[in-house]
Amino acid sequence: MNVFAQLFRVLCLCLLLSSTARAGLTIDITQGVDGALPIAVVPFGWQGPAMSPPEDIAEIISGDLRRSGLFAPLSRGDMLSRPQDGTQINYRDWRLLGTSSLVIGRMTAVGDLYKIQFQLFDVNRETQLVGYSFSVPEKELRRIAHQISDIVYETLTGDKGAFNTRMAYITSKVWRTNNVRYYALYVADVDGHNPQLVIRSRQPIMSPSWSPDGRKLAYVSFENRRSMIFVQDVFTAERRKLAGFKGINGAPSWSPDGTRLAMSLSKDGNSELYVMHVASGKLQRLTHHRAIDTEPSWSPDGQNIAFTSDRGGKPQIYQVSSHGGKPKRLTFEGRYNAKPTYSPDGKRIAMVSGQNGSFRIAVLELDSGFVQILTKSRLDESPSFAPNGSMIIYATEYLNRGVLAAVSVDGRVQQRIALDEDGDAREPAWGPFLTINK
Amino acid sequence: MNAFTRTLAVLLPVAMLWGCSTTPSTTDTDMAAGDAAMTTTGDGMGDSGMTDMGSGVEVGGIQGNGGFVGDPLQDPDSMLAKRVVYFDFDKSEIKSEAREIIEAHAQYLSANPSVRIVLEGHCDERGTREYNLSLGERRGKAVQQVMSLLGVSNSQIELVSYGEERPAALGHDEAAWAMNRRVEFLY
Repeated sequence: MNVFAQLFRVLCLCLLLSSTARAGLTIDITQGVDGALPIAVVPFGWQGPAMSPPEDIAEIISGDLRRSGLFAPLSRGDMLSRPQDGTQINYRDWRLLGTSSLVIGRMTAVGDLYKIQFQLFDVNRETQLVGYSFSVPEKELRRIAHQISDIVYETLTGDKGAFNTRMAYITSKVWRTNNVRYYALYVADVDGHNPQLVIRSRQPIMSPSWSPDGRKLAYVSFENRRSMIFVQDVFTAERRKLAGFKGINGAPSWSPDGTRLAMSLSKDGNSELYVMHVASGKLQRLTHHRAIDTEPSWSPDGQNIAFTSDRGGKPQIYQVSSHGGKPKRLTFEGRYNAKPTYSPDGKRIAMVSGQNGSFRIAVLELDSGFVQILTKSRLDESPSFAPNGSMIIYATEYLNRGVLAAVSVDGRVQQRIALDEDGDAREPAWGPFLTINK
Repeated sequence: MNAFTRTLAVLLPVAMLWGCSTTPSTTDTDMAAGDAAMTTTGDGMGDSGMTDMGSGVEVGGIQGNGGFVGDPLQDPDSMLAKRVVYFDFDKSEIKSEAREIIEAHAQYLSANPSVRIVLEGHCDERGTREYNLSLGERRGKAVQQVMSLLGVSNSQIELVSYGEERPAALGHDEAAWAMNRRVEFLY
């Protein structure tokens, strides 16, 4: 009827779609490391029908390595040559640029697939350290680039890379179209790309926890007007309610063998820890105390569960056998220590430490009892280790917004990860190494 | 905005009730017309409004002092109009200013055993989310405990905690936090 009204409706719809379709993240390095390894990732050669390849593999690898804080990739403008195979390398030039490692490669379109070859060279010894070839469809190109980053990282540092992993996180934002707040659970690649919606609700969603195989997420949803625990397959979207007892159903945490979930339930009076066998729904109660017992985290060997309790008057970290028994207090410094999470090697616990009105991410060395504060803002929470233990992702507040951030376990490298649109991001959960390539 | 709509939500039914419960003893003939069923004298309409006390009509409600008539829950001047009590950081102890409000609601609930209430516990954003979920429940329980002592049946009370997930005030300072450490009374 009215062109403008119609145009307006179309515009509104577009806005709605764009706000639903994407909730990407942008990562900024806020603090790097002196003495990061100088490396050059040369733009990959390209042979195919199009002018340029669908993904800039070298750029993805450079970004991964730079964000780790351990590498300082050479900028393309400073490269004197762009070799595509070993015979084209002039080692003297690269040495003059101070580059100690060199990544080169080429990409060829073969039917619907892309063949990617890459090689990593030691510039000083003039030798190839590693070389691989892959053939993948277009949608797997970014994943292959992350896998190459993992190989480069592991070859040069000796530690497994965690670039080919995902993270889950919660967003909260008011939609301009209807002025309603929506809560959502997303999964994205750890470089912030490829965000995918897991669930969205008008009621709060919290506490995502990955199953060890990276297939499922447990989380808390208030969709029934109170907290209940759900488990959802991130690939098939199949979900089921796991715990909807009277009172609080919260803090789900998957056991390392994937058969059980630790959780906090108040069905018997106040928040207590329980372990639920996922297949049968059978519950085992772990704690018996009038105080709050919540935020369980399994040790990687499955033997112990660290948790938050205020049984001593203030929230502190305790540990109990995953079969039950007498809890042991682990933290004694400060008036507020909560939300423990074990490092993948089981030697440390990351937690939220409140001191002088600020809440920061701290790491407790279990052997020595030594506590190191890693972050500097005042509202840091929800620490989650990378599966290789190198970084901790967490939530913080920046310019009045909830954003995600990451810090290396030694505190030297810091990144900030902001939602590309308005709204808050929080409760990041770094997923396991991907075993299924889907 | 939120506070305004909430005030409106409370005031609107109050205004309506005010009208309905204005009994024939007033001079407002419009009201009398609207409430023909209550003005059983039959000559209320167009009358001067003076109720003939000798005719056996019961005069309901309005006391000499012009107080509120009807469900006290709807009285904007009643303590029952206060539907939120606040807490200190990481505390669930009932503060003295909250006690009076809780007592008023307890009194109302024990006098009206068919009425149910939801106590919704909330926290400020400081501290961890799941701990706050439990803390919000503990705050609700603290209110419930006082109500129980005053004779309210537990079956009338439902506890819900939202932790820090549903702040009443946005912002990251003490002014906002003070508004968010609360238990809301929802009838």
